[in-house]
Amino acid sequence: MQSGISFLPEQASTLAPRVDNLYFFIVAVTAFFALLVTVLVVYFAFKYHTDDPYAVGAPIHGSIPLELFWTAVPFVIAIFIFAWSTNVYFDIVRPPDQAMQVYSVGKRWMWKFQHPSGQREINELHVPVGRPVKVTFTSEDVLHDLFIPAFRVKADAIPGRYSTIWFTATQTGEYHLFCAEYCGTKHAGMIGRVIVMEETAYQAWLDTSQESSLAAQGQALYESLSCQSCHLNDGNGRGPALHGLFGSEVQLANGTTATVDEGYLRESILNSQMRVVAGYNPIMPTFQGLVDEDGMVGLIEYIKSLRTGPSSEGASASLPAEAGEPE
Amino acid sequence: MTTQPTTTYLNVTHGLASWLLTKDHKRIGLLYLVVVSIAFALGGVFAGLIRLELLTPPGDMVTSDLYNRIFTMHGVAMVFFVLIPAVPAILGNFVLPLQLGAKDVAFPKLNLLSWYIFVIGFIFTAFAMVMGGVDTGWTFYTPYSTTASNSNVMAAGVGVFITGFSSILTGVNFMVTIHRMRAPGLTWFRLPLFVWALYATSLVQILGTPVVAITVLMVAMERGLGLGIFDPTLGGDPVLFQHLFWFYSHPAVYIMILPPMGAISECIACFSRKTVFGYSFVAFSSLSIAVFGFLVWAHHMFVAGISPYSAMVFSFLTFAVAIPSAVKTFNWTATLYRGAIWFKAPMMYVYGFLGLFLIGGLTGLFLASLGTDVHIHDTYFVVAHFHYIMVGGAIMGYLAGLHFWWPKMTGRMYSDGLAKVGAALIFIGFNLTFFPQFILGYMGMPRRYHMYPPEWEMLNVLSTGGAGILGIGYLLAVGALLWSLKYGAVAGDNPWHATGLEWTTQSPPLPENFVETPIVTEPAYNYAHREIKVV
Ligand SMILES: [Cu+2]
Ligand SMILES: [Cu+2]
Repeated sequence: MQSGISFLPEQASTLAPRVDNLYFFIVAVTAFFALLVTVLVVYFAFKYHTDDPYAVGAPIHGSIPLELFWTAVPFVIAIFIFAWSTNVYFDIVRPPDQAMQVYSVGKRWMWKFQHPSGQREINELHVPVGRPVKVTFTSEDVLHDLFIPAFRVKADAIPGRYSTIWFTATQTGEYHLFCAEYCGTKHAGMIGRVIVMEETAYQAWLDTSQESSLAAQGQALYESLSCQSCHLNDGNGRGPALHGLFGSEVQLANGTTATVDEGYLRESILNSQMRVVAGYNPIMPTFQGLVDEDGMVGLIEYIKSLRTGPSSEGASASLPAEAGEPE
Repeated sequence: MTTQPTTTYLNVTHGLASWLLTKDHKRIGLLYLVVVSIAFALGGVFAGLIRLELLTPPGDMVTSDLYNRIFTMHGVAMVFFVLIPAVPAILGNFVLPLQLGAKDVAFPKLNLLSWYIFVIGFIFTAFAMVMGGVDTGWTFYTPYSTTASNSNVMAAGVGVFITGFSSILTGVNFMVTIHRMRAPGLTWFRLPLFVWALYATSLVQILGTPVVAITVLMVAMERGLGLGIFDPTLGGDPVLFQHLFWFYSHPAVYIMILPPMGAISECIACFSRKTVFGYSFVAFSSLSIAVFGFLVWAHHMFVAGISPYSAMVFSFLTFAVAIPSAVKTFNWTATLYRGAIWFKAPMMYVYGFLGLFLIGGLTGLFLASLGTDVHIHDTYFVVAHFHYIMVGGAIMGYLAGLHFWWPKMTGRMYSDGLAKVGAALIFIGFNLTFFPQFILGYMGMPRRYHMYPPEWEMLNVLSTGGAGILGIGYLLAVGALLWSLKYGAVAGDNPWHATGLEWTTQSPPLPENFVETPIVTEPAYNYAHREIKVV
């Protein structure tokens, strides 16, 4: 982490220089206008200064061309900044498809992280350098916000739904991680570190875990909740088959479609009546209270792992050997 | 040297009851001045405590819980009881009927009622503070405020709710007054720009304030009755609160800044002895800010899970609403060109306003831009930005107006030199306090943090030092004004040789303002063509 006085946080992600370049451009534009107006008003104050209270100024009322000019110029500049910044923003909010997945839950006052391999950590996030990482997270209580200044990313953790941030770290090291949305007493203590490691060191770190993978944990929960009794693999069950479902587009009973992502799965497990797949009855019970946030990410990872199409072997959905990180 | 007039609104009746039951808009303006000044002092003490705590990185002065209550109460006191009422309720009440050539506002009793409602709201909020305070932040975000906070959310909420009605009623009163009470010949395009600004503000007060009142009511229903509106475990949507809250609170920024902008227009015209450059553009920019201001609320929510496409639309509209403010600034600058600039204390505040509002407005571009907002949202960059707008802009504009109309209000002139020193200290102290916070914010320091990593100590020390200078500046400015009440020279009717109907009557004015209703035959700020009366 940094010491001394500096004016920029470290640029430690691929997004950071892009955000900073935009920042510098806006600094230049705003500094220009600030200086322009400052120089003019100060110059006028000296040039036209008088101590005679009866003196009057020149009878100037205005100028339509000038008004149009100084309406149009800021407008054009604003459009330019808008286009540039929106472009950067869409890259900030859209994780690349091949990003490796990490899950997180914010609760007063700590951040829990879970890696698909099963590794868990609190207020620390280990990631490899040079690989896109997507953090999917929610909150167990009030609003929080996952903020990593060195990566220039931030998003609110909102109870009841998933948010994401993503980044590709560009240099190894330790970086601040903050909760940026006020959450009560120890808000300022809801902080941690992101530890960016070389790939080999990261793999070694992953191997220190004794935990089974999230998908395996998810499968255990899946079976204990008897999900497979309705979600038959051949598609003839009372609920849709789950093989190959993740990432696909499904036709809904209400006539619209939905992309099956983390948010859709979460909603369907907790509140299945919201968006029922066409051809199925809205009979799935809610699992609110039966599936906590940790269980939820297990189920999601398990469903994600069911990559192959419906198998003919019936309900014996077994976990693919290389569960975890889809590459 | 002239002497004070014998009968004025100040001495026509005596005793506490004559003030507490007054229907005179000028006295009501002064009643607001008293309450707002108390709130400002309170808010200022809280600000000082915040800066003292942040002098060092660890949270070593007060507990986290107390710190959270201090910054919340700083925000609540300053936003709802200083920034929103300061210019409309104090200066607007005093000056508006005078500028219109009217005897009073349209509904004098309603005006007094507005003050009582304001005071009752303030008492509720003060009660919440005395009972241990509130810790939700002035934004009352759910679900924290409805499910988690165990502080006095209800009492503070009721205070804000009640105060809102004062704001609505003042808006209605001013709007009707401007429509119905203008002196003969005072057409819309002869109105002083302060009146246009108050008109635009009234529009926002009437349309926006009911929404925040409803929102506070919803928070109360969820907190008190367990109704699921915002709490997701009850089936509510926590982000809905933010939509409703900012639908009011972004336009509320314009309630805070438009009237000071109007005061700035008055001062610039007077002290450069010219009409305001592009009068109608400045007037319409106020109205367009008021209207477009209702369409940008979600720029506070770019990282709150709204869809990227709606974020895009709100970003664009936010850029659009910045344009009228830029137009105003260019027009003020052009007004100075070839003026006869008489650099008295109010003009000093105008210059302070221009410098600070410029920085405040321009740094808004970083927040309107989606690409940079993600990084600086909820950091000290935002804190610095809105203090530049609200303190640098609104309070400087308020002080410009207060110094401009002070001789009219009191009949006394303060020491110009002392007032200027106050203005200079405020300007320097303000920049020293808040400019480092832009850097801290970009470095990543989140707002509402009780402690912070040690590498940010230097910038925080600068900021706290600046706050000290800022505080001294305010005390000096207030001291100079209070001193003038007893020792100031008699001001005379028109010490600034200004145009405008308020300067044609005596200082302090008669209870009924004018001996006979004035008739207006010329546009506002007609300095170039006026007959010069040499006294
Ligand atoms: Cu938090
Ligand atoms: Cu806003």
